[in-house]
Amino acid sequence: MAIVLDKSHRWRVIAAHAFLIGLIALVIFPFLMILSISLRPGNFAAGSLIPETISFEHWKLALGISYTAPDGRLVKPDFPVLLWLWNSVKVASLTALITLTLSTTAAYAFARMKFRGKQFALGGLMLMQMFPAVLALVAIFAIFDRIGSVFPFFGIDSHASLLLAYSGGIALHVWTIKGYYDTIPVEIEEAAKVDGATPWQAFRLVLLPMALPILMVVFLLAFIGAIIEYPVASVLLHEEAKLTLAVGSKLFLYDQKYLWGDFAAAAILSGLPITLVFILAQKWMISGLTAGGIKG
Amino acid sequence: MKFRLRPGPALLVFVLLAALVIVTMVYAAGQTLLAGTMLVITALALWIYSAARTYAWRYLFPGIAAALIFVVFPMVYTMAIGFTNYSSRNLLEFPRATQYFLDEVFHGGDGASYAFTLHEDGPEFRLRLEDADAARAWVSGRLALATTTPLEVKLEPQGQAAIALGEPAPLKTVIARQKNLQALTLRLPGNDSKLVMTGLRQFGAVQPLYKRNADGSLLNQQTHALLRPNMSSGFYETEAGERLQPGFQVGVGWANYQRIFTDTAFREPFVRIFVWTVVFSALTVFFGAALGMFLAVLFNWDALRFKGLYRTLLFLPYAVPGFISILVFKGLFNNNFGEINLILDALFGIKPAWFSDPLLAKAMLLIVNVWLGYPYMMVICSGLIKAIPADLYEASAVAGAGPFTNFFRITLPLILKPLTPLLISAFAFNFNNFVLISLLTGGRPDFLDTSVPAGTTDLLVSYTYRIAFQDSGQQFGLAAAISTVIFAMVAAISLVQMRFTRISKDESR
Repeated sequence: MAIVLDKSHRWRVIAAHAFLIGLIALVIFPFLMILSISLRPGNFAAGSLIPETISFEHWKLALGISYTAPDGRLVKPDFPVLLWLWNSVKVASLTALITLTLSTTAAYAFARMKFRGKQFALGGLMLMQMFPAVLALVAIFAIFDRIGSVFPFFGIDSHASLLLAYSGGIALHVWTIKGYYDTIPVEIEEAAKVDGATPWQAFRLVLLPMALPILMVVFLLAFIGAIIEYPVASVLLHEEAKLTLAVGSKLFLYDQKYLWGDFAAAAILSGLPITLVFILAQKWMISGLTAGGIKG
Repeated sequence: MKFRLRPGPALLVFVLLAALVIVTMVYAAGQTLLAGTMLVITALALWIYSAARTYAWRYLFPGIAAALIFVVFPMVYTMAIGFTNYSSRNLLEFPRATQYFLDEVFHGGDGASYAFTLHEDGPEFRLRLEDADAARAWVSGRLALATTTPLEVKLEPQGQAAIALGEPAPLKTVIARQKNLQALTLRLPGNDSKLVMTGLRQFGAVQPLYKRNADGSLLNQQTHALLRPNMSSGFYETEAGERLQPGFQVGVGWANYQRIFTDTAFREPFVRIFVWTVVFSALTVFFGAALGMFLAVLFNWDALRFKGLYRTLLFLPYAVPGFISILVFKGLFNNNFGEINLILDALFGIKPAWFSDPLLAKAMLLIVNVWLGYPYMMVICSGLIKAIPADLYEASAVAGAGPFTNFFRITLPLILKPLTPLLISAFAFNFNNFVLISLLTGGRPDFLDTSVPAGTTDLLVSYTYRIAFQDSGQQFGLAAAISTVIFAMVAAISLVQMRFTRISKDESR
């Protein structure tokens, strides 16, 4: 642009940079602080951002290793952080797998088949996801309490109950996958059908391999959705060994038992991988969706 | 035509049989409703996977069924619970509560009692009962006496068993094992009555405390009092109207809604919480959108360098799991040891009480929520601003317009229309932002003048949660009624949102 720049322009640029750097400092402050706190000795130690003495006691506890305090006392981990992380990863992976299976098949029918009630079902799914599960917590508790009286495996305090409760949340993913299927030309599957493929074979062997990018994205989104889910898990899980990270983490910060340093280490240990997965999903989402657009 | 092995039908039959076995088990366990639901699902599945014209539904059924059972049904069920008195006092269903009374036993005066002695047998024990009048005695098998789970034990006559018992164990041992002994129910051969421990040296016969009459009332065999089930209060009551625990679930009609809307002790906190819920969501959306939009405009400015780096760093709060960021803030804002107060104390000599002052607690919630929410707005606004044709800005630059004129005359009017539906859905999300409240303040500081726990920072959802799961009364029915009211509000917000979505779509055409 050939525009004459006045004198105030330079100052505006500098002001913008100053503002952004200040804002970033505010935004990043909690992250840097938590890293610093995780390396300070003790749970109440105050100090500068760069700790004077570095101690790995909180990291040891987070990793489930006991350590010997300076006064000779053996400090054992208060909470099984790694077990919670494993619980979270287990529940989230299985949930993502179930969600993916249920939503890819449903999206195939919505994208490629004609049947009565299609618009109604699609609209219903859209409407459904406007009402969050947190509003039905009482009923979810009552339902799994009842199921548990017959099948303890699926009752309160079981991971299976969580899987079932999460398995219904397919609405958004069905829409996402259907949108992607719509960009893939139907002629390829029709060619397969002319060669004698059943609709199932056309779906399984022709369409699914082409839709792989979106399946990865949906898997990761469902995985993250399950791993950060708090309300339903807090109602269904009570026993300490069964908790997921989202429910267990808050036990660190009770007024009566304030384990600030231990929490900091546990938060980084569990938060970092989830954050990386999320950023990965974001990247894939953008590249996956554009790749689909070019193919279509 | 050749016969081929078709795995499909065989699998279907196998699954069907397995499902029927499970349904029968559930029905036998007394969960009629659950068994009925499962039966309907099984029948539907059978129809869909066998009929030719339901082919499309074979792909849809698992997903739709899961959504209906675990998303739609809980919502409908919540509304149904709103019309009952389901709570920790009225926890059981009527048949289960009745069974509880029928299972109660008492040691009647006319019941037989037997002297007992405990004998060590290696690491385990044997019991010996003696009927002194009839000069008969019975012995049990070996018992570990290590658990307190109820156990029924059959005894044999001592003569037949031919067991050499040692000396009776001292009373000290009996007292040490008392809890384990109390879990035992003994039966003698040729005798129906059950014996339980009635004293340190004695087991006695017990009989059911209540007998059910034909009209459904229960007769207390000990005091001869008559209990009648009251289907409007949900309790068995004596003639005098005294209620006996445990109660059972009954429908109470609109009573819960009456409490919410007409009971002054209840309506007042409800209205206060509702107002805060709306203010909280509106302010969050406003500040989040304002900050996000400002950043998006900045990033659209050609003269600015390092945009990629800035954008990545500013996006970070969105990528970190919410439950971790919120708990990090909970620690940073801590009144006494929190780093934020340490810094404020060092700089200005103040230590704001973020968690005990209502106004500061609300301010803290807004700060944290804007921190969590602005990156989303930033990304959305960036996308919308990119779509604005650049020649508009060139024309305004030729006309000599400054950045403010550009923003208020070009950018804002053009992105506001497509942004509105997203702002409304952000409003709806924060309206039900249970995770933030639950993890950061838990609704505290509480109101001091209410009968149910309610806090100044509670949103309607977290308030519902506290009534249902944190209050000692666990008033599920009341909580479900409030949830139903929230459902109606969310539905209204959704309707508004759909209207705006349609408007913005129509305009973009």
